[in-house]
Amino acid sequence: MTTMTVKDRSIEVNEEGFLVNPDDWNEEIAQEIATREDVGELKEEHWKVIRFMRDDFQANGKVPTIRRMKKTGGVPVKDIYRLFPKGPAKKAAKIAGLSKPEGCV
Amino acid sequence: MSQDNGRIEKVSIVISRGSLDGVYPGLIMANGARMEGIEANLFFTFFGLETIMTKHMDKLKVATVGNPAMHMPSVVGMLPGMSALATKMMGREMEKIDIPPVPEFVEMVHDAGVELYACRATVDMFHLKKEDFCPEVEDIINVGQFYEMAHGGQIIFT
Repeated sequence: MTTMTVKDRSIEVNEEGFLVNPDDWNEEIAQEIATREDVGELKEEHWKVIRFMRDDFQANGKVPTIRRMKKTGGVPVKDIYRLFPKGPAKKAAKIAGLSKPEGCV
Repeated sequence: MSQDNGRIEKVSIVISRGSLDGVYPGLIMANGARMEGIEANLFFTFFGLETIMTKHMDKLKVATVGNPAMHMPSVVGMLPGMSALATKMMGREMEKIDIPPVPEFVEMVHDAGVELYACRATVDMFHLKKEDFCPEVEDIINVGQFYEMAHGGQIIFT
């Protein structure tokens, strides 16, 4: 287990960088993960995706797929790939403080 | 070659069959590659071309004849409506796990950055034209161009 320090607070993350305790999540931590993942500064477009993912996870207990982000969240697939380049589903889930997506799509 | 720190960086996937069970694996692998940040190309050849033909892409069926894994005798699979039934059942299960129908899947992989190509030899053999294909198709290319495009990556034949 490794830790990540955000504003003097030590946060536990697993070897892939996903939060160990989902309750640790806040917007500052999300920004710190985004920086580490080369996503850069989180803008309103990113937050829209992150908020949808968190709300959807709360409601259904599953990390939403990219198709679900498109169909239910209303975010075009192209935008998801542009906002979270190089592995969007996993990166967005990590930044949103959720677990690694399990499905194949 | 295509591996850096043990990671695949690029794949070129060939889809050569036109049954539903023939096209989904390639689409899922191409989409999955993009989801992992891997560069991906799709090359459609022979009956696989139906996947990207405007007229056929929403009508692909599961093959119920000559397929031992269907666990039904081929004569049953030949009955009218069997293939349509199997297709409907598979479609319903796929929808549950968020795997889209073929036309939507083609659009999705394209939007995800997969480049789609049609095989020149098959296009000539079946007397097809660029207009027969959905707009997501980049180009009609020959096998030599395919290898150029696949350079530096892995090739997967389905």
